Amino acid sequence: MSRSVKATEGPGSEPGTTPGDDAASEPARRVTSRARLAQRVREIPSSGIRRFFDLLASMEDVISLGVGEPDFTTPWHIREAAIYSLERGYTMYTSNYGLLDLRQAIAAHLARLYGVAYDPADEIVVTLGVSEGLDITLRALLDPGDEVIIPDPGYVSYAPCTTLAGGVVVPVPTTVADGFKVRAGAIAARVTPRTRALLLGYPNNPTGASLSRSELNTIAQVAEAHDLVVISDEIYDRLTYAGEHVCFGSLPGMRERTIVLGGFSKAYAMTGWRIGYVVGPRELIGGIVKIHQYTALCAPIMSQKAALEALRAGEPDVRQMVAEYDRRRRVIVRGLNEIGLTCHEPEGAFYAFPSVTSAGLSSEEFAERLLFEEKVAVVPGTAFGEGGAGHVRCCYATSLRNINVALERIGRFVSRLG
Amino acid sequence: MIDEIDRQILGVLEDDARTPPDQIATMLGLDPQDVVGRLERLEDERVLVKYRALVNWDRVDEAMVIALIEVRVSPQRDVGFDDIARRIARFPETRFVYLVSGAYDIAVQVAGRTLREVASFVSEKLAPLEGVQGTTTHFLLKRYKEDGELLDDVEETTRLPVTP
Repeated sequence: MSRSVKATEGPGSEPGTTPGDDAASEPARRVTSRARLAQRVREIPSSGIRRFFDLLASMEDVISLGVGEPDFTTPWHIREAAIYSLERGYTMYTSNYGLLDLRQAIAAHLARLYGVAYDPADEIVVTLGVSEGLDITLRALLDPGDEVIIPDPGYVSYAPCTTLAGGVVVPVPTTVADGFKVRAGAIAARVTPRTRALLLGYPNNPTGASLSRSELNTIAQVAEAHDLVVISDEIYDRLTYAGEHVCFGSLPGMRERTIVLGGFSKAYAMTGWRIGYVVGPRELIGGIVKIHQYTALCAPIMSQKAALEALRAGEPDVRQMVAEYDRRRRVIVRGLNEIGLTCHEPEGAFYAFPSVTSAGLSSEEFAERLLFEEKVAVVPGTAFGEGGAGHVRCCYATSLRNINVALERIGRFVSRLG
Repeated sequence: MIDEIDRQILGVLEDDARTPPDQIATMLGLDPQDVVGRLERLEDERVLVKYRALVNWDRVDEAMVIALIEVRVSPQRDVGFDDIARRIARFPETRFVYLVSGAYDIAVQVAGRTLREVASFVSEKLAPLEGVQGTTTHFLLKRYKEDGELLDDVEETTRLPVTP
């Protein structure tokens, strides 16, 4: 049916907009454009964040705690390195894996920080951020119907990308009582014969939760026992404030079954550069790079040059930004708790994830009314899964002044409700 | 003695001198009373000299002439350059006075309302001082950065208000 309708329309035109078209006379033959979309695409919901973004677009003087990126501009020496590379004429494709010197620098970086060894030759792929890395990893690993266990709440892309790759999402609820840390027992309880992978994102967006070495080790035992592949999104690895970050691939016996996703966006304030990496055992990376070479081909060379500079000389910037985030973190967590929005201590990333149940509103109602009444944007926790209900995500990657004003407004809003 | 916590407090204030002690305490995970005590000590020791605003006078519709003056002096027995440098620093017209290495000895910044005012300060007050061998005056034409802050080329944040 859709084919016959398509024949009456020009390419790319919307039904009902074709000149002279009389929709009313042939209702049975009309299909919406949406019906032409693949079923798996129709099935995934639009991002909850997207809807919120549309609400915000028309408003002024909004203080946004709704962002998911640093407020710092990329350090100048990194930008300068990229500009210089353009001046020198670095405008071509690179190897599918990425520039060898960048891969070598990534290998050295991971070895230094986490004591884990990846071969720059064929165990590291430079990607268009973790976003692409996640997509091609899932596509490389999943057969139709394979199950992926994913802690909930979690980053907005995990579930849709799993679905698009033909997988089945199996959420594991995490709770505020556990500080939103996923428990090994809860993972084990959801393993079935179809379970293929476990997808972890710690430090976590949106909750700020981190996992300690011993917590990770118990999860590793589950992965071992059930022969799961672990996809570990460690984009926030450098932004930890209590204790060290532990790379999942560095845990005993885990290297061979772990794909680590990492990147430059958060640590070096490089979100717009779209640059990250996937590392893992060469057999898995070989499959992942196959998809990468047919889709992205390679990450932009200027971004790769910038990333190389970040690894070579960006450490002081990272330390300075982390120290700054940590200070803001303490201010916002204390402020939210004082307002009466109970907020667990976020140990990583740059998000506070307070409970709004004391305000007597759902997370969507809270976020919407706060935006309209006090012009502060936060993201409803449900945008990150069912497990986010009753919470909102407040990003503290914004100036202390903004944080203070936002807290004042949120306080006013909450006291009016009470 | 200045310890690591003092250093962090100084770092916070150097970035924003208006940060209240309570907020500093929260930011650094300290007791507010401890912060107040440390601030008093740092002020007493003149580690914290002053809490000031960074003003871009170029945006104020008021004439102000600033000059950088290179001063060559002959060092004096016993006191070296200190005596002459302190003497220069006492003039309220001077905004900073540094002893520097290189082709001249003392760098001075002078502010005045008019070119003539600055010029006459140099010729009538500075140059005749005993020990001053010569001066070179550079008038400031445009300011790009002051105390680590870009003045005109401010990088505005263009972040989308909501992102994942």
